[in-house]
Amino acid sequence: MAVHGSTVTSLPHTSTPATVNTPPTPEHRTRSHSDKVNARRARTGWLFIAPFGVVFVAFLLAPLAYALYLSLFTKGLATGTRFSGLENYLHAFSDPQFIKGVWFVVRFSLVLIPVQMAVSLAAALVLDHLTTRLARFSRLMIFMPYAVPAVIGALMWGFLYSPTFGPLEQLFSLFHASAPFLLSQDNVFYGLLNVVTWQWAGYYMIIIYAALQGIDPTLYEAAKIDGASERQVAFRIKIPLVSSALVLILIFALIGTLQFFSEPQILGPVANGSITPDFTPNIYAFNLAFGYAQFNYASAISFSLGIVVFIAVYVFMFATRKKGSNLS
Amino acid sequence: MSALTTHLPATTRLSRPRRRNVAAHVFLGVLVLYFLAPIWWLFVASTKDAQGLFAGSSGAMWFDKNFNLIANIQELFAYNGGEYAQWLGNSLLYAVSGGLGATAISVLAGYGFAKYKFRGRNLTFALLLGAVMVPMTALVIPTFILMSNLKLTDTVWAVILPSLLSPFGVYLMRVYTAEAVPDELLDAARVDGAGELRTFFQVSLPLLRPALVTVLLLSVVGTWNNYFLPLAMLSTERLYPLTVGIGLWEQLASSNNGGGHSLWSLIVVGSFISIIPLVVAFLTLQKYWQGGLSLGSLK
Repeated sequence: MAVHGSTVTSLPHTSTPATVNTPPTPEHRTRSHSDKVNARRARTGWLFIAPFGVVFVAFLLAPLAYALYLSLFTKGLATGTRFSGLENYLHAFSDPQFIKGVWFVVRFSLVLIPVQMAVSLAAALVLDHLTTRLARFSRLMIFMPYAVPAVIGALMWGFLYSPTFGPLEQLFSLFHASAPFLLSQDNVFYGLLNVVTWQWAGYYMIIIYAALQGIDPTLYEAAKIDGASERQVAFRIKIPLVSSALVLILIFALIGTLQFFSEPQILGPVANGSITPDFTPNIYAFNLAFGYAQFNYASAISFSLGIVVFIAVYVFMFATRKKGSNLS
Repeated sequence: MSALTTHLPATTRLSRPRRRNVAAHVFLGVLVLYFLAPIWWLFVASTKDAQGLFAGSSGAMWFDKNFNLIANIQELFAYNGGEYAQWLGNSLLYAVSGGLGATAISVLAGYGFAKYKFRGRNLTFALLLGAVMVPMTALVIPTFILMSNLKLTDTVWAVILPSLLSPFGVYLMRVYTAEAVPDELLDAARVDGAGELRTFFQVSLPLLRPALVTVLLLSVVGTWNNYFLPLAMLSTERLYPLTVGIGLWEQLASSNNGGGHSLWSLIVVGSFISIIPLVVAFLTLQKYWQGGLSLGSLK
């Protein structure tokens, strides 16, 4: 209730530009009753959206616009702040540190996303097939890592990876081999891959599982009458029917990995230098801003990151949408 | 029809899926082992003292000879003037206020989009869909600078206010409302003389409960687990949420090797305590979130 009170008070400021766009509603003129009702409904509609509008403008549009603005300036020691146009962007895209980070997250997504999709899809299909108590229990347990903050997840795996007191070492010593250090320069890619897969596969599994549960079971019966095997049912019926859930997951995973931050940031101190301050674009921007007070350059990197992810996801959605319509 | 198919080749039907079910259960077992192992490790490790954590007699995945959990917890809450309890409280405050606020805003906006026709609706909704794709962490640094101009950084508002933004929540609410609240029902309420607000609170809101729980859960978890935003916004340790506080301890512990040994055991037990609230919430609320998360796969 209190929330609603605040909406009403905040409305006049936010909806003014909006009402300018909506059709003019001259109340004094004589109009049919339904016109009046419609106009009032339209206003009520805007009222409902107003609180979100305020938050949207304040914490999405304004920061984006401000980042764009800041990125067009450069602050020098002697010169003060001056307009520098696209200089920061040209600098970013020729900055080996930034390029290195971008290259890392791109490579990382290319491997991570298929792995995560495969694990979560396989788990969901198996769980959809089985209805035992063990399956129900497994579903909960596979989902559990979602409840663990990324910071804690990374910390735990940092311990488990330890070559001196982690279980990997004990496991490998059974075979008289020494465990690979998954945070070394060469292996950190896989070390992080495992942390992120562990963290998110269960959540994705639940989304696919829920979509599978929504399929009309008579379809399976029809397929069985036609002589389809379990495998054919899975590949020809189940997977195509949950494709929109798969696309949703892909988008989540893409947005998530391209802004990779917490896990490498937390594993940095225990990784013996394989996680550098320019490891991902986000970590680089954070260190530029809070380590070196280079807010203009950091804004350029933040803004590039935002735009690049946005375009990547948009292109991806466009591509999959087209494919989907061909299929149906 | 169905009777026919289920009774058909009884012998082959029974034996083949049986074997496959064994394979499926083994696969599940391996998955459960993989997903639970770190959590099991965390529990076991939080019962060890600093000595046992690094050089325990029975290895990383089993209990040490002395069970130190209670002492660890006591030390955790006493350390450095009880800052851990403060962080726990902060996490709760941020997650509950951010989560409740984001949910309230999302349900209003989703309802507005789904049930009212007005000029500019499609354009606004397209903007919202675009916003779902904007990476939130890319907004953290500019939001920090904006807030610092307003002298709002290093306050609880710097964490709570940006957490209210949940474009995906609005999207879910719109999709769900469109299906769950029939227009006829709203019209009937209006004919009976109910105002728009009353229609919303008394007729629509009860129908939206599953979506409401989902969005609440997603935004509470999102805020509770958030690290980048509070890390950037806060510099006073007493305002930290658990994620940033534990991150701070980790940095302290790894920068002074050896001397940080006892801090590591606090980090472990602190991490263990910090995951309990959400794990318990998920286990007790399963009925709600399992149904609710399917909303994400709609459309």
